[in-house]
Amino acid sequence: MAIDEISVAKSERRWATAMAGVSAVMLGAILYATLGLHLNPPSNVELIDPATIHVSGEFAEENLGTRLEPTGGIVTRLVTTQFSFSPACVVVPQDTPVTIRVVSPDVIHGIMVVGTNVNTMVIPGYVSRVRTRFTEVGEMLMPCHEFCGLGHSQMIAKVRVVPVSEFKPDADGRAHCAAP
Amino acid sequence: MPRLNRLILAHLWTAFAAFGGALILGLWQMWVRSPFAAPLSSSENYFISVTAHGSAMGYVLTTFFIMGFGYFVAETALKRPVPFPRLAWAGFYAGIVGVALVVGTVVSGRATVLFTFYPPLTASPWFYVGLVLVVVSSWVWCALMLIGMGQWKRENPGKSVPLAMFATTANAVLWLWTTVGVAAEILFVMLPAAFGLTEAVDVGLTRTLFSWTLHAIVYFWLIPAYIAFYTMAPQKAGGRLYSDMMARISFVAFLIYGLPVGLHHLFMDPHPATGFKAVQMVLTVLVAVPTLLTVFTVCASMEIAGRLRGGKGLLGWVGALPWKEPLVLATGLSFFMLWFGGFGGLINMSYGMNAMVHNTSWVTAHFHMIFGGSVVIMYFAIAYEIWPKLTGRAAPCVAHQRVQLWSWAIGMMILSLPWHLLGMFGQWRRVAQFDYSDPTISWWAPWMTASLIGGAILVASGALFIWNLARFHIADRAQRLDAAPMEPMQYAVALHPGSTPAALNGFRLWNILVLVLMTAAYALPIAHSFIVNPPHALVHRVNG
Repeated sequence: MAIDEISVAKSERRWATAMAGVSAVMLGAILYATLGLHLNPPSNVELIDPATIHVSGEFAEENLGTRLEPTGGIVTRLVTTQFSFSPACVVVPQDTPVTIRVVSPDVIHGIMVVGTNVNTMVIPGYVSRVRTRFTEVGEMLMPCHEFCGLGHSQMIAKVRVVPVSEFKPDADGRAHCAAP
Repeated sequence: MPRLNRLILAHLWTAFAAFGGALILGLWQMWVRSPFAAPLSSSENYFISVTAHGSAMGYVLTTFFIMGFGYFVAETALKRPVPFPRLAWAGFYAGIVGVALVVGTVVSGRATVLFTFYPPLTASPWFYVGLVLVVVSSWVWCALMLIGMGQWKRENPGKSVPLAMFATTANAVLWLWTTVGVAAEILFVMLPAAFGLTEAVDVGLTRTLFSWTLHAIVYFWLIPAYIAFYTMAPQKAGGRLYSDMMARISFVAFLIYGLPVGLHHLFMDPHPATGFKAVQMVLTVLVAVPTLLTVFTVCASMEIAGRLRGGKGLLGWVGALPWKEPLVLATGLSFFMLWFGGFGGLINMSYGMNAMVHNTSWVTAHFHMIFGGSVVIMYFAIAYEIWPKLTGRAAPCVAHQRVQLWSWAIGMMILSLPWHLLGMFGQWRRVAQFDYSDPTISWWAPWMTASLIGGAILVASGALFIWNLARFHIADRAQRLDAAPMEPMQYAVALHPGSTPAALNGFRLWNILVLVLMTAAYALPIAHSFIVNPPHALVHRVNG
């Protein structure tokens, strides 16, 4: 072969430099999204005892679902259990910042809202939190996406996105899915 | 014939038996998920099947194949007997007992926790004991690879360890590091819970520990394919290895960057803080580099072969390659699938973008393409290459081998491209049945049907693979190669075989580097669980 050792090393250096450049561009794009646009995965080191979730406080049954908080923000609270969501349907206003807070009293679950980037694991012991904004009106599926036991396939809830004009919380700030 | 051919065949047949069974389960799972009614369909059976499919493909096929191939390389590349063959057999039997325990507990429905466990779900303790035995068996193999390479270096002072063995030992070192995470999870958390000694577990901690293992394990699976790319395919094509040094750098890069990246599997988890995730995301970008280097070196090596065979012009050498050789064909098909698999991986790694695909069919598609496609097709090609050496018989029909390799690649594309698409549109994972009457997902039906067809092609291809190998053993004595003695295994020679720097002829420096990187990447995330001390979750037994 005509190619000598020095040319081999040279060609490799050239390729390695090009690939380092490709990797640097990818990393740069990711870092820009992270630091510039604040697009981060949903970390939230906030503890909660799975054994006492239902008893009282934020995730007691009467506090679940969507609520217009006294501070003005919209928070949707959910409990994922083997094998259902409470509540099984939540209503949210369109084009409005929404904070979703989810906990599990039993095993690992995961939620996603199909067609959106809402996606988080639900780990017993921690409160999962996702902040989002739903852009389109309609009803979307919100399944459990992590194996949680034999009934996992049946574990699906719904998110109903309504125009802001139709989002009517009650005196206490709570909004419920109306009968379809 | 290698002296240890019976040991090697025992490992490889165990691997491929597990593969055959798991393949049929995979097809049945696709059938259950499709719009068509499948026999024996129930949630219980489905998740037993998923657990068995994942454990057999991910733990049995891989570990036993890698051990068997490793013994083959240790004997043929070093041209000396493998040390302590009785210990190797003892390791094999320990692994077989482990597999039997795993199969028994899974099939009886006492271990329906999938192959990634999901504590606080807790299986029968014998499921975990079985996995520990498989891991211990692989540790015996790691020790024998390290001892074998050490003895060879003492016998050949100043010489560079043959690349195939250097890479095999790199994999043994990688695997020893890799298994620390899952071993800690099983020994300190899952076994005490399964035996009833503890009633609650720190779920976040178990996930962090498992993530330690979860990414590096795929490099353990993949390195045999890369060994074939570097040391077997160029030889078969009639070329030279473009650069021995670059190959060593790539294997070392897998060792050091394959490990401290596992938290990228937990991007969507609440418990690892953003900073921990970001550090490992950056390291994950680096682990793309050895594959990008490999693409260059292997293509350059093949180009040498093509030009030696008379290929002219910019790309004429591609057509001049001996594509009839199964090993060369498999390398081409593997590279083709590597584009899709690698591209999918880059999306997964991309931090914020991961939210779009996490726990969707996209992920299932990604690892089927890259492991089931790019890697397993090289397992087939390696088997076709070494079976004549192991049995002393020529291949009964090479055309059938080519048909098998083509059908595997085609089947894998048909299986996993629809999954990529559906995953992008939010098809969630690990579900036995979909309600196709729901208008938002009814359009999935034809794509799921396509995947089912892909699965059927894969089962046919897998059956042909088993048959292709079985024919070596049942072939007529006339086909024995007694007349012309079997040529010893030849690995590709470097274009410019020079001296290797000491650092790239051993692992001391790289082990220190791994220790530093793993401490940087994992010390805080693991310590964090003890510092914040999250409430534990009650154990949920699925023990029948």
